[in-house]
Amino acid sequence: MQRGKGLKFVGDSRLVDRKKQNIPKDYSEYPGKTEAFWPNFLLREWMVGSVFLIGFLILTVAHPAPLERVADPMDSGYIPLPDWYFLFLYQLLKYEFAAGDYTVIGAVVIPGIAFGALLLAPWIDPGKERRPQKRPIGTSLMLLAVVSIIYLTWESVDEHDWEAAEQQGEIVEDIDVDESAEGYEIYQSQDSCIGCHGGDMLGGAAGPNIFESDYDTEQVIEIIEDGIGEMPGGQFEGSDEELETLAEFIANDGQENGNGGDDGNGNNDE
Amino acid sequence: MLQKIYDWLDTRLDITPMWRDIADHEVPEHVNPAHHFSAFVYCFGGLTFFVVVIQILSGMFLTMYYVPDIVHAYESVYYLQNEVTHGMIVRGMHHWGASLVIVMMFLHTLRVFFTGSYKKPRELNWVVGVLLFFVVLGLGFTGYLLPWDMKAYFATVVGLEIAESAPIIGGFASTLLAGGEIIGAQTLARFFAIHVFFLPGALLGLLGAHFYMIRKQGISGPL
Repeated sequence: MQRGKGLKFVGDSRLVDRKKQNIPKDYSEYPGKTEAFWPNFLLREWMVGSVFLIGFLILTVAHPAPLERVADPMDSGYIPLPDWYFLFLYQLLKYEFAAGDYTVIGAVVIPGIAFGALLLAPWIDPGKERRPQKRPIGTSLMLLAVVSIIYLTWESVDEHDWEAAEQQGEIVEDIDVDESAEGYEIYQSQDSCIGCHGGDMLGGAAGPNIFESDYDTEQVIEIIEDGIGEMPGGQFEGSDEELETLAEFIANDGQENGNGGDDGNGNNDE
Repeated sequence: MLQKIYDWLDTRLDITPMWRDIADHEVPEHVNPAHHFSAFVYCFGGLTFFVVVIQILSGMFLTMYYVPDIVHAYESVYYLQNEVTHGMIVRGMHHWGASLVIVMMFLHTLRVFFTGSYKKPRELNWVVGVLLFFVVLGLGFTGYLLPWDMKAYFATVVGLEIAESAPIIGGFASTLLAGGEIIGAQTLARFFAIHVFFLPGALLGLLGAHFYMIRKQGISGPL
């Protein structure tokens, strides 16, 4: 640091009062086409970043983050699964040599050695050589680690029963069917409905939960009359008025007009 | 005008050296994808930081709605996901961003390893980087519990069982994280505190050290 006579400071501060030129450092040790970071390179980085961000946003809109039903600690039958980036550790603990009495090996020893070696890599491999092909031991160990991680993750994904996993976590809508409603009575008189959708209207072996999709009254009438998917149409027995009452009851999530349908299915108020 | 503002600040704060370190330096040819396309491998670190910034911002907005207690946590996430305007997108960004950070960081680690960039004089920066790796994995683990749905709860049960299997410190670590014998209200409060205060604090400190060392030591030269 410069000291002594002739130095002027800004006010009574420690800042030296002198003009400094804003010249970038010399990168002569890298011969070739160097480029200024500001603003040339940064502008290009921002453009690449924007493309990246757009792709990322499309992903988030196309695949909303999953949410299962609320945690129920009493449900001991649930098959747990960590997030995908822990799957390789999780899978390791399923092998005989790393499970049961040997859990310590799978949970602490193997990951400990691997991550410890990663942390201490500069001292394990202190040679000057930087090219990967000139340091075969380090390179092959790292490749082995990468292959093991990919293999273990693959195995774990392969072994997991994804359909069962999706079902066990599904949000079960708590629908309180109003059994005193006129629509309910009409439903109970229709054997063709009950046959597939069940007496409780919540679905059975052949038909889905009636309230599963958000249809409005008119759409429900249309489905009952013309059928949808595997469901045949024209099975309703009764007057058009009864049909409308039933459709309204269904569109209203099992409530008489206006008292239900909190999911904004539109046509609730006639 | 801008020059005047700059000079005014420079007289008082001596920002030229800081400005030079942050922005006014040159990008060597061998890391610039515009000159050698294969140099895109040098972008993984920057992209990791970019996603970390997305995580911090989206996380800040999530805490505006999230309630860290076992009665309301799930309801607040459900509300955020289904009712709040653009809540689905913000939660989606945080959810997918968590995976993306891991992917980018993994690629960045491999790039640094295979180019031998961790060697003298950059050993300490490598160590800080590996510590960052652990912090990010910790953020992933603690954040997974917060929605308090089935998946979250049982993954945490398994995770803490694994922690407990460690000799000597296992029981202590598990109790410290869970806040008691059962995984419940205390656990959620602790995971929230760790996820939102402890680990981000560590993350920012380590990131500062990481970037300071890059500027101090420069980018490693061409192979």
